[in-house]
Amino acid sequence: MELYQLTLHEAAQALQSKKTSSVELTKTVLDHLKKVEPQVQSFITITETEALAQAAEADKRLASGNNITPFTGVPIALKDLLCTKGVRTTCASKMLENFKPPYNATVVEKLNSAGAVSVGKTNMDEFAMGSSTETSYYQKTKNPWNLTCVPGGSSGGSASSVSADQAFASLGSDTGGSIRQPAALCGIVGLKPTYGRISRYGLIAFASSLDQIGPMTKDVEDSALMMNVIAGHDPKDSTSADVPVPDYTAEMKKSVKGLKIGIPKEFFPSEMNTEVSEAVKKAIEQLKSLGAEIHEVSLPHSPYSLAAYYVLAPSEASSNLARYDGVRYGLRVPGENIVEMYSKTRAAGFGPEVKRRIMLGTYALSSGYYDAYYLKALKVRRLIKQDYDKAFEKVDIIATPTAPNPAFRFGEKTDNPLTMYLEDIFTISINIAGVPAISVPCGLSKTGLPIGLQLIGKPFDEAALLKAAYAYEQSTDWHKNKPTLKES
Amino acid sequence: MEYEPVIGLEVHCELKTATKLFCGCSTIFGSDSNTQVCPVCLGLPGTLPVMNEKAVEYAVKIGLALNCTIAKYSKMDRKNYYYPDLPKAYQVSQNDKPLNYAGYLDIITKEGTKRIGVTRAHLEEDAGKLIHQGGKAGRLESSDYSLADYNRGGIPLVEIVSEPDIRSADEAHAYLTALRNILLYIGVSDCNMEEGSLRCDANVSVRPKGTEKFGTRTEIKNMNSFKFAKQAIEYEIKRQSALLDKGERVVQESRLWDVNESKTKTMRSKEEAHDYRYFPEPDLVPIILSEDYVNSIKKNLPELPAAKRTRFVSQYGLTEYDAGVLTSDQELADWYEEGAKHTKNPKGLSNWMMGDMAARMKEEEKELKDLKFEQKKLCELVDLIDKGTINSKQAKEVFIELFDTGKSPEAIVKDKGMVQVSDPAVIEKAVEKVLGENANVVADYKGGKQGVLGFLVGKVMQATQGKANPKLVNEILKKKLDS
Repeated sequence: MELYQLTLHEAAQALQSKKTSSVELTKTVLDHLKKVEPQVQSFITITETEALAQAAEADKRLASGNNITPFTGVPIALKDLLCTKGVRTTCASKMLENFKPPYNATVVEKLNSAGAVSVGKTNMDEFAMGSSTETSYYQKTKNPWNLTCVPGGSSGGSASSVSADQAFASLGSDTGGSIRQPAALCGIVGLKPTYGRISRYGLIAFASSLDQIGPMTKDVEDSALMMNVIAGHDPKDSTSADVPVPDYTAEMKKSVKGLKIGIPKEFFPSEMNTEVSEAVKKAIEQLKSLGAEIHEVSLPHSPYSLAAYYVLAPSEASSNLARYDGVRYGLRVPGENIVEMYSKTRAAGFGPEVKRRIMLGTYALSSGYYDAYYLKALKVRRLIKQDYDKAFEKVDIIATPTAPNPAFRFGEKTDNPLTMYLEDIFTISINIAGVPAISVPCGLSKTGLPIGLQLIGKPFDEAALLKAAYAYEQSTDWHKNKPTLKES
Repeated sequence: MEYEPVIGLEVHCELKTATKLFCGCSTIFGSDSNTQVCPVCLGLPGTLPVMNEKAVEYAVKIGLALNCTIAKYSKMDRKNYYYPDLPKAYQVSQNDKPLNYAGYLDIITKEGTKRIGVTRAHLEEDAGKLIHQGGKAGRLESSDYSLADYNRGGIPLVEIVSEPDIRSADEAHAYLTALRNILLYIGVSDCNMEEGSLRCDANVSVRPKGTEKFGTRTEIKNMNSFKFAKQAIEYEIKRQSALLDKGERVVQESRLWDVNESKTKTMRSKEEAHDYRYFPEPDLVPIILSEDYVNSIKKNLPELPAAKRTRFVSQYGLTEYDAGVLTSDQELADWYEEGAKHTKNPKGLSNWMMGDMAARMKEEEKELKDLKFEQKKLCELVDLIDKGTINSKQAKEVFIELFDTGKSPEAIVKDKGMVQVSDPAVIEKAVEKVLGENANVVADYKGGKQGVLGFLVGKVMQATQGKANPKLVNEILKKKLDS
């Protein structure tokens, strides 16, 4: 087994027991990263020089024996919408092709303090708008399990990099499923924490009331470790919650005996992909055999979540992305006057999906339409949240499929935006309700593509999700499967 | 036809917090361009606002001082529009849930006290500043290029919107003066119009006198002094009235006050008006204020101008008008109150302050802090008159020297040998002399022309080098003439 194939906690173990050094480990990972990168194309920017400098620092820290964390010296990857001081942060957009933030995102700051080594910035859908990473201005990231398939999105590069062992873990962001769906499609673990659990400071916003940063890892324990570092209140983000952060690795190992798991019938429609529903149902049976109780629950308003989402998210996006006007930073296309400069800059800087959503949001917020769209969507949002509140009176967690299908082929859903939007049908209501959810591998399709089990939790109870996911993972072998990096 | 103006004012007041509304940048005026900026107030991608608690406190102070209801729940909204001085392309403001609403402000008019409704006073962030180079009219659209300075961007503002209760340019001026006075009293703003910490827009319409329905309004912007505001409103009332008289219509639009031409000009019409697409700011949490919090601010509010005015009337025996003038400026009021401690005649002190002192200060463009003398010395002057040591004519002379040199009035009087003669024997002698020299005038008086008495008083004063007590001169003259 190669060093780069280790999990994050195994790599940490190897470093702390001096079986390897951070520089050696980082070089090994970078060599492998660069070797497979032409096939997978996970990264927009590879920060080799910075990574080796961080590794050297980490080695000093490891040698001193002081202040060592499970991240000290471990190479990780960052989605390219997390601001990194002095390192370009593009959001996979032409608009920010040369944007180098003068500051770090809070999560980046926290990982740096823990001693992590960042090998690069991963590809994504432009401004996180998409479910296949195909809307990136830069490149198409391939699914390591089948290079003719998409890795999912929008955190497609973060998912593929971990799946293809280009990093021990990565950070993604999830607005409507952007961590969980690519995690499911690439056979890794992805956790979207409760809204407010992780600081959004330095996360380039898509939809501020829905965006949340989270770990994308090779196994559940690694997600727990990452949560221990990144979770918690940040004075720089007023929407981050001042709620105590438990020790997730300790919580994770507790028994699932008596854990009440709800199954919402709305998430298992008769017309759905049977391979996916069968795998998920089998996973639920597995949890039952481990001592969990299974209950039927209902989330009656979930069919409206996609519609509400496509009013709320584009509305916020239309405002969040208005600042890219060519005046202060980013792309500028000169014009005869200010309006022409705005128009030309934005016409050239944004791709079609981003433009589509800006137009949708601008329309929804327009005078005379606000009540019918935005306000209505807010009301639906409340109903969806109430569904979850009610369900969680009865159960501790809810189990569903993560994505309706395994990975699909390039171009398969790009012609009709609606078919692409349906990719998030099982993940989107979680963002609307603000609750946490995790995706763990729970099977392979006949064609050898990963399937994900989604577990949804009560607000700020990521611990219960990690506990159930860990128990399930440890009793199955799905996480041990490795992609082949082949076209098939 | 006779028209009645209907005016509503929007005043933007920059709060004098040490730091900006959502970041730690300084708010000090006059620094080099773009030296008081950071990723947050420049709206760099990924940055988030954090509410300045002091700004909320100041905004609540304003609400309380303007008799508003303070919202227990209010929230920030985004007001979306593109302009290069707005780094995020939206202004964080308040739309449907303002912090303060339904208040009022009493103003003093010729007809007495008038209550002007305050619709709302909400919190928002200021934009940066553009400096247009080349082109005409100093406008972005016609400039060769424009420079942006974001030092001002993100400074907390409170926008105070009045009800359309104002009926003349004079009332508008009185409202602005009273509002500025309150804002200065409660110490939330420098209210410096030249530095832009107080800015005013006016909504003006006219309607035939006696009718109820509002006419079409225009909004006048860029009035950067109270004087210009008054002129602009006056101009706009005339312009609109003339249009209606000619049977034409007023176009709803924004107009700019052109200082050089002393007229309002079209800025943008309603068709070009923005759709701001307001929606709740998702990066901030709602502002929820407890009753205790609001009460603690209320408790610490200073005495406001209206209350002070009433107190000055009852405590110092001043007229409403005098009390109004003295309390129109907190510094002036404080100066007066300090002085009132040193005299038994506070009314006399008030007269001197509002008379000779005010005139000289205006003439020489001096402020209280520039004065060479303290209140105590002016009180000395008042007391010298009251004691009969000097007469009012002499007092005027003493005041001039007091103002010019700051010398104590008692010393001035002593140096000038300026003692009032109140000895009846001395005065009687002078009177007799004057009567003897003016026999024809005396004859006129006795013949019924009593108006010549003043002439004779003047002669006696002259004869005594102005030192005689005028009251006594009068009495003695009359006694002699009537005997």
